[in-house]
Amino acid sequence: MLVLTIVRLELLIARRNMWVATSVILMGLFTVVLTLTGGAPTGTLGVDPLMIAVTSITTLSVYLIPLIGLLLSFDAIAGEAERGTLALSLTYPLSRAEILIGKFLAHLIVLGFAVAVGLLLTAGLTIWQHGGGGISYFPLIKLFATSLALGAAFLGIGYLVSSLVRQTGVASGVVIVIWLVCVVLYDLGLLGALVADDGGAFTKTVFPWLLVANPADAFRLINMPDISVSVLASGIGAAGAASGLAGQLASLLLWPTLALFFAWLTFRRVEP
Amino acid sequence: MVILEIENVGKKYGPLETVCGVSFPVAAGERVALLGHNGAGKTTLMRMILGLTTITSGQIRVLGTAPGSRKARTATGFLPESVAFHGALTGREQLRHFARLKKAPVKQVDELLNRVGLDHAADRKIRTYSKGMRQRVGLAQALLGKPQLALLDEPTSGLDPISRHEFYDIVDDLANNGTAVLLSSHALTELELRTDRIAIMSKGALVANDTLSNLRLGAQMSIRIKVTLETGAVERMISEIGGERMNGKSVTLTCLQDEKIALLGRISSYGPAVKDIDIIPASLDDLYRHYSQKTASEISEAASC
Ligand SMILES: Nc1ncnc2c1ncn2[C@@H]1O[C@H](COP(=O)(O)OP(=O)(O)OP(=O)(O)O)[C@@H](O)[C@H]1O
Ligand SMILES: [Mg+2]
Repeated sequence: MLVLTIVRLELLIARRNMWVATSVILMGLFTVVLTLTGGAPTGTLGVDPLMIAVTSITTLSVYLIPLIGLLLSFDAIAGEAERGTLALSLTYPLSRAEILIGKFLAHLIVLGFAVAVGLLLTAGLTIWQHGGGGISYFPLIKLFATSLALGAAFLGIGYLVSSLVRQTGVASGVVIVIWLVCVVLYDLGLLGALVADDGGAFTKTVFPWLLVANPADAFRLINMPDISVSVLASGIGAAGAASGLAGQLASLLLWPTLALFFAWLTFRRVEP
Repeated sequence: MVILEIENVGKKYGPLETVCGVSFPVAAGERVALLGHNGAGKTTLMRMILGLTTITSGQIRVLGTAPGSRKARTATGFLPESVAFHGALTGREQLRHFARLKKAPVKQVDELLNRVGLDHAADRKIRTYSKGMRQRVGLAQALLGKPQLALLDEPTSGLDPISRHEFYDIVDDLANNGTAVLLSSHALTELELRTDRIAIMSKGALVANDTLSNLRLGAQMSIRIKVTLETGAVERMISEIGGERMNGKSVTLTCLQDEKIALLGRISSYGPAVKDIDIIPASLDDLYRHYSQKTASEISEAASC
């Protein structure tokens, strides 16, 4: 299978370029720190210690996973076009869809590996601190699966940017802006609107859907549905209830699919 | 069998017409050299043959299919003008990857690495290769899977003189095995004996397409004949036949291709007074200049391109 050939090469390149090491160290380091610092007080409160770790890791992942996804993908097409390797690749008998899917799978594997290492460390540390009894692993599995979906969405967005702008320098700038908007500015904007609306119609009808339309927020809602979460505390509980699990799942599935589809559409038009 | 057909092909980038009305076929086992000044449209033509860029007008068929079709791509080997690879990979890894994409046996990679003289460096990162070594990786990948059509864009750039020689041996082998070879080059002297046909492009148009000897005939370029004589015979030859005295002992005559034999006859009538004869045909350099200049003026008159 030609896709697997691409996956294999991209994994080799990712390993050589230290992308794998960087992502794993990044995820591993932060999850360990959060597990260790988050676990200490909760043991005495009797709350599921893993749940606490998952909550703080979710908060972190909202920033980190889109960032890793974009960093892995922004160079994928623009960089190859610029360095001149794309033209030669395109004279080989495989379709552009195969190239794109191959790169996507390889990058998703890198990302998934980094997340898995982080979460396994979390589970291990939690068991070591609190013992294995009474821990529910479902939140951990859910966090892993939704991290993949979130990462896939931003990989797709990265490829789209990469084939649209065709220059790595510009692509890197654009993805940083996209990252800032999705994980910081979007939420700030919504918060501002909430404050201005002061519990009116916007808060009840439009806001929940706007919130879930951002894959980063859908990811946050699905992994920490309780109101105690501080971010956007005023509206997030109601929002989670209004859009529901279906809305959140739909957002996390639609984003990767659409982003990849549009990336493919633009990649098809790239003349190397 | 015709592998590559190019029929009245044109390419426009916006208002800029970079290739226009180019037609020629390349048959199996044929070696065709594509010449032309910088910006003549050689690379653009190859990119159209590969399906990397759209064709504005006319038609190209590779093995009877459209450029860029899977069949055409499987049967084509391409060496780009400035070839680049992932620096993080070794030569062997990069070639194995390409072999898998072309469904060529992976063990062919080792043969090819040997063939292009890279076996000693095959397991080093391409990042550490010299320009000529990268060019060899490029050549090796173009040979993967025994292509029926080889498109080589300035294949000898960056190669040392001995490697250039070896490169043309590889091209001969390819042609002998039935591959149609189209290569572009600026190094004219090396093409003289190594190609079957020469196509010259100028400002996007095809201005010549023939064998070297036919190009010579058509160009009506003068041939120089240098005759070395006994001292006394020099004056006599200049007065009887003409020509120019070189030093005390030799005369340089010029003639056209079809006058050559008659002239040689007259020279040999001098008998033992003639010590040596050198025939200097028009070089490919001269021919190239003749064809590309002739038509540069024609083109600007017709303003077709
Ligand atoms: N992508 C492009 N957009 C606009 N113009 C282009 C593009 N590619 C090539 N051209 C123009 O087409 C013309 C032919 O270029 P091409 O690269 O085919 O020349 P060439 O014969 O290969 O020259 P060289 O010997 O320098 O390699 C040039 O005038 C060039 O500027
Ligand atoms: Mg060129």
